[in-house]
Amino acid sequence: MAITDPPKIITARIAHDDSHTLERYLATGGYDGLRKALTLTPEAVAAEVDAASLLGRGGAGFPAGRKWSMLRKAPVTYLVVNGDESEPATFKDHLLVERDPHQLIEGVVIAAYALQVAQVFIFLRGEFALGLERVQAALNDAYAHGAVGRDIFGSGFSVDVVVHPGAGAYICGEETALLESLEGKRGWPRIKPPFFPAAIGLYGDPTVVNNVETMSNLPWIMLNGGAAFAALGGGRSTGTRLFALAGHVHNPGVYELEMVTTTFNDLINAPVLGGGIPHGRGLKAFIPGGVSAPWFGPDQIDLPLGQDEVAEAGSMLGSGSVVVMDDHTCAVRAAWRITKFFSRESCGQCTPCREGSGWLERIMERIERGQGREEDLDLLLDACDNISPGLSWPPQQTTICVLGPSIPSSISSAITMFRDEFLVHIKEGGCPYE
Amino acid sequence: MTEPTPIAPPRRASLATAPPTHLSAEMVSRARQLISLYPEPRSALIPLCHLAQEQDGWLTPEAMVDIAGLVGVTPSEVLGTASFYDMLHTEPVGRYVVAVCTNIACLLGGAAELLEHAEDSLGIGAGGTTADGSITLEEAECLADCDRAPCVQVNHRYVGAQTAESFDRLVADLRAGARDADIPPHGTLIRVRRANGLTVDADEVAEERRLAAQARAARDAAKADTDAGGA
Repeated sequence: MAITDPPKIITARIAHDDSHTLERYLATGGYDGLRKALTLTPEAVAAEVDAASLLGRGGAGFPAGRKWSMLRKAPVTYLVVNGDESEPATFKDHLLVERDPHQLIEGVVIAAYALQVAQVFIFLRGEFALGLERVQAALNDAYAHGAVGRDIFGSGFSVDVVVHPGAGAYICGEETALLESLEGKRGWPRIKPPFFPAAIGLYGDPTVVNNVETMSNLPWIMLNGGAAFAALGGGRSTGTRLFALAGHVHNPGVYELEMVTTTFNDLINAPVLGGGIPHGRGLKAFIPGGVSAPWFGPDQIDLPLGQDEVAEAGSMLGSGSVVVMDDHTCAVRAAWRITKFFSRESCGQCTPCREGSGWLERIMERIERGQGREEDLDLLLDACDNISPGLSWPPQQTTICVLGPSIPSSISSAITMFRDEFLVHIKEGGCPYE
Repeated sequence: MTEPTPIAPPRRASLATAPPTHLSAEMVSRARQLISLYPEPRSALIPLCHLAQEQDGWLTPEAMVDIAGLVGVTPSEVLGTASFYDMLHTEPVGRYVVAVCTNIACLLGGAAELLEHAEDSLGIGAGGTTADGSITLEEAECLADCDRAPCVQVNHRYVGAQTAESFDRLVADLRAGARDADIPPHGTLIRVRRANGLTVDADEVAEERRLAAQARAARDAAKADTDAGGA
């Protein structure tokens, strides 16, 4: 059964205290996937990943194989791994870089071979001080082991991998902002077109950007075959995926679950997973895929954990983080905090995002503090509409990147689902939950 | 007609050769190793800022001049870049930067109350530094440790979920120097050392890329011929 016996593709090793060491990695089949890949042609390796139909695990969910095949026609110059995990309540890559850095490195070298690149950059957020140490130490060992560097395992293929520390900016998770940051500049997203990384990426050269979790799946896919991966899950959502569960549950944590066959209800309430909501409280709402995603209510708890299923229901699986709010949570306060986050993290390039996020935050704050006005609700929605016209899902875009259009999600969700709560704040001049 | 005044050579060119005067010899050597890992020196700008903070505790103007010289930009470009990033401090901070996350998952776990307690017990607001220079308190955005909410980091080391009581103990331990083994002073790269430089020869890579581009052009030309023939 999917819940009690989930297949472990990328978390098989982390129960061991020394899961980050080369010894443990080699003792548990480490670098066998790479050895196998190197006996195949690069095209055959890419075809195996295509067969797995591995969707990118960063948030956008673009098929990794297709991302690569777009580039196979033209020579790719760089592979960049996005480890700038900073979508609120997402902490799966944190686990992967600290607990299984060799798995990441093996995946990276497999991808580098498929793409035939000579240099890879692993961009890790600077706050991962231990993660940076672990990945660099693992990389040093991997070089010494012959798994990275010149003539890997005698195959003739060579690639250099560099670990690059970020310096604290949510926007650098956006791939073109990440490339700017990697070039030593402010993390300002580039306008697309023309700056699709596949065409004009790092230093203007064709670049593939993939997420840490996406890379970490590759050793298993090489060893067991793309078909075995695609046999798990359902529809377009194949394989397993890491779900980061946080908020009001007994057992918050990262869970590797088969996609689609598991539901939000399983994740939140199953005793072996989230274990339900503490203090005997009920479910008020949950955010299904990072704070950029519209919220769901208790009536949507039986939705499967699948990319298309969640999209059809009007939200997104996004970064795979699920935030649970119990029925004692103030919806206004929660939405205000999320808006404050976007306001702080807006890079400042585009007016709707830079100005809009600040206005929204101030209006939300005054409502929460009991100084709101009834017309504020329309004002909020109007300002949201200026950032993302129509407030549709997926959102319309008025800005260079998707940070701006993500801002209205929590506000419009909170107003739609809990309008009465806003009115109580306004009429009673304060927060009823305090 | 008078001859136009000759334009001065670009300032950044002269800066690129300016020798570092503020960063220590060890830091400069680590900086040069980092720069050698990238196709363009400027890519090392942010890692170098981390090194400077490791030496000085914050990003001093003198260090920024050195970094500018090392990567070949102007000092104002270093400041302009560094000021964008939360982890790079262009003003002095305490020996320990204590970051309390108050984003959504931590908020649900009582982070706002913890931050309020921290402000009261330390006698400073978020963003402030205690009078003894030991602690700077920050209200942080999500630090990706949400199953241990409210999440606290000290100098970017996770210290696990904190209560008001455990927070006070943590601060006392920090001030007594009792946590220096697991929470070193500044510098996210303080324990990161790369054992080797790049192993793939840059000229070789350039040659491979040239051949690949040539092959692609030939393929495209052949395809264009086929397409034209088929039409």
